[in-house]
Amino acid sequence: MYSFEPTEEQQMLVEAVGKYAGNDLRPAAREAEEGGELPKKLISKGWEIGYLQASIPEAYGGFGERSAVTGVLALEEMAFGDLAGTLAVMTPSLFATPILLAGSEEQKQTYLTKVIAGEWSPYTAALIEYVFDFDSNALKTTATPSGEEYVLNGEKAFVPFAKEAEAILVYANLSGQTQGFIVEKGAAGLTISDEREKLMSLNALPLYRARLDNVRVSALSRLGGASGHDFEPILASMRLANAATATGVANAAFEYARDYAKEREAFGVKIAQKQAIAFMLAEMRTEIEASRLLAWEAAWKLDTGKDDAFTEAYLASVGAADMAMMVTDRAVQILGGHGYIREHPVEMWMRNGRGFATFTGLVIV
Amino acid sequence: MPIEFEAPKPIAQTQFVLKTIAEEMMRSHSRYFDEHEREIPWDYIEFMHNAMKATGVGSLAPKEKGNGHEGDEKKEKLPAIAYQALAAQIEMLAWGDVGMYLVTPGGGLGAAAVQAAGTPEQKAKFLRRFSDEKPTLAAMCMTEAGAGSDNSAIRTRAILDENTDEWVLNGEKIFVTSGDKSLTEYEKLGRGFIVVWASIDPAAGRRGMRAFVVEAGTPGVKVTKLEHKMGIRVSDTAAISLMDVRVPYDHILGSVTVEKTTIGFKGAMATFDATRPLVAASGLGVGRAALEFLKEKLTENGIEIRYGLPRQKLTNIEREVIDMEIMLKSAWLMVIKAVWMADNKKPNALESSMSKVKAGDVCTKITQKVVEILGPLGYSREFLAEKWFRDAKITDIYEGTGQINRLVVARQILGYSGKELR
Repeated sequence: MYSFEPTEEQQMLVEAVGKYAGNDLRPAAREAEEGGELPKKLISKGWEIGYLQASIPEAYGGFGERSAVTGVLALEEMAFGDLAGTLAVMTPSLFATPILLAGSEEQKQTYLTKVIAGEWSPYTAALIEYVFDFDSNALKTTATPSGEEYVLNGEKAFVPFAKEAEAILVYANLSGQTQGFIVEKGAAGLTISDEREKLMSLNALPLYRARLDNVRVSALSRLGGASGHDFEPILASMRLANAATATGVANAAFEYARDYAKEREAFGVKIAQKQAIAFMLAEMRTEIEASRLLAWEAAWKLDTGKDDAFTEAYLASVGAADMAMMVTDRAVQILGGHGYIREHPVEMWMRNGRGFATFTGLVIV
Repeated sequence: MPIEFEAPKPIAQTQFVLKTIAEEMMRSHSRYFDEHEREIPWDYIEFMHNAMKATGVGSLAPKEKGNGHEGDEKKEKLPAIAYQALAAQIEMLAWGDVGMYLVTPGGGLGAAAVQAAGTPEQKAKFLRRFSDEKPTLAAMCMTEAGAGSDNSAIRTRAILDENTDEWVLNGEKIFVTSGDKSLTEYEKLGRGFIVVWASIDPAAGRRGMRAFVVEAGTPGVKVTKLEHKMGIRVSDTAAISLMDVRVPYDHILGSVTVEKTTIGFKGAMATFDATRPLVAASGLGVGRAALEFLKEKLTENGIEIRYGLPRQKLTNIEREVIDMEIMLKSAWLMVIKAVWMADNKKPNALESSMSKVKAGDVCTKITQKVVEILGPLGYSREFLAEKWFRDAKITDIYEGTGQINRLVVARQILGYSGKELR
């Protein structure tokens, strides 16, 4: 049967996330962006909602089961508050969720409990590389077998919280396959840049370069153990998260522009009463709905193991990236000069908006 | 029910049969009827009538036991997936041939108006015929030469003759889909009807608008012209004149009192909320046909779409195909959500209009793009791509243009009345 109603549990989670997004993330967003820092307390509060904890089974210290549908619902809602804050709160998932999905039993036992026990702690992952033509299925960072070990070489970019990370899940190219490797803090040959990445947005999120010079990890540190793992389900989960956060940011921009248009007067009427503006808003709302539903369906397909789940997650991510650019651009346009001024958040969302074509790997459901 | 995207079993089961019908009875005759505009696809009409009678699928005819008494209201209620099933059927039939789908017997928009705005007695009286021996059609008459999207400008008048308790209708209607087959006597067709929107009080504007059922053969009603169109040529589009057409009192759908309500107009709008996603579904059927055809041709020519590659590594054609798939899939989900809401009795004016906005955009863009990419093969009448291009365009026009639907969406999201956002 078709159904578009989240379960009661999902509704409760979304409600909690929505409160956090509206009361905490959104009010802090501008200052965090300008100051380049997210208060630790803010991140902790998001962590305490327990999204990751609820997606890990009891056997590994959690209290639930992972669902991509729940993930897209929660992430859209959180990103509606602020993207940088969302990515920060969710960073430990970048490390834990792939282990949950593809890790060996030993890896699950070792790491999952550690990551989710107590406070938010910096566990992260490194997928993106600072190269022209970046392709997560054709990484430049290499993993070479050497006896009982693998040797990692290359440079990863946009790695959240790398400086303080307890461990980084590094993705590398092992004979043409993208494979994850767990690299512990202080591993010989691992260098984290002193300076943070300087991007068009996400100033609040501490992102770093991570260099790997002959970093040796044991074969047991390969995600999934000796036989490795399939990267596709992980990538699909990243793409879905990308689509969901794009939808959240777009919806934030849409609602802000809508409310502004109902206040702002020109020629004796509210500008929302002009079809030129009203039609833009109608199209924004329509395209948000389109992306949202595609992400929902792709997530449902992933949860139920449908054959075309990975393809659809890709389509959802590509579509949402385009949609978010269109919607956030229009939001700035509707506010006119005021949209361009940093007093309003729409310019920040527009800078976020362009990023979704690049952000796959920064968040996962 | 948690979020789920599995088509209900009964729908999935009929899709297989419908696909065969779409291929055998529709697609293979598409070109012929496109080039013989005035011919009627009798084989298809009779086949569909018999199939619908046998299965009950797609028919708005009341079930045998329902005779319009109050106690039957419950039995008469559509099952909870009726609109979802209709959307899926329509999409598949339109994938076969959207023009021919419009000729499907069973009442079309005329019957949908009765279904949405009529009393149980009226439903029993007017809809039963669709399960009779002969295939029967019905039509909706809204548009006039001076009243398109602005249907409050309708000039057709209905005056009550208190001596005879009859309504007297006068006016000219245009662009009536299946108007000819609903009114003109054909040996192979049963007696149809048209639903005419007219004002019972011009001073009341929209509030005075009502719908009247006019049976075929009623003196004074006449098809005056059949249009020649860009596409959907197998479907007749009629101009109809009404001169002192007398219908019994109870042929007015819904309530008669004007009061200070817009109930008449709301009746029309309720019909549109129900039918817009269905029209959207028909457009998406055409879009899917075109996109599938393009992908077949690409495969034949050794071009493979490499899903999963980052955008900058894709060829232009790959990007185009991927964009079209995103559009088509998401538009379809919007249709499904709108009809799911209708089935679950949730108000869906917003979702319904959004699905129509999106589908109108999507099917015109896809068919235009497919012709472009296929070049001479697309432009030639040897293949159907050019026909789908012509057929698809109407989706963004009828049952509310893309613009009027944007207006409806805008009013919904802004909380504006028609006065606040004109």
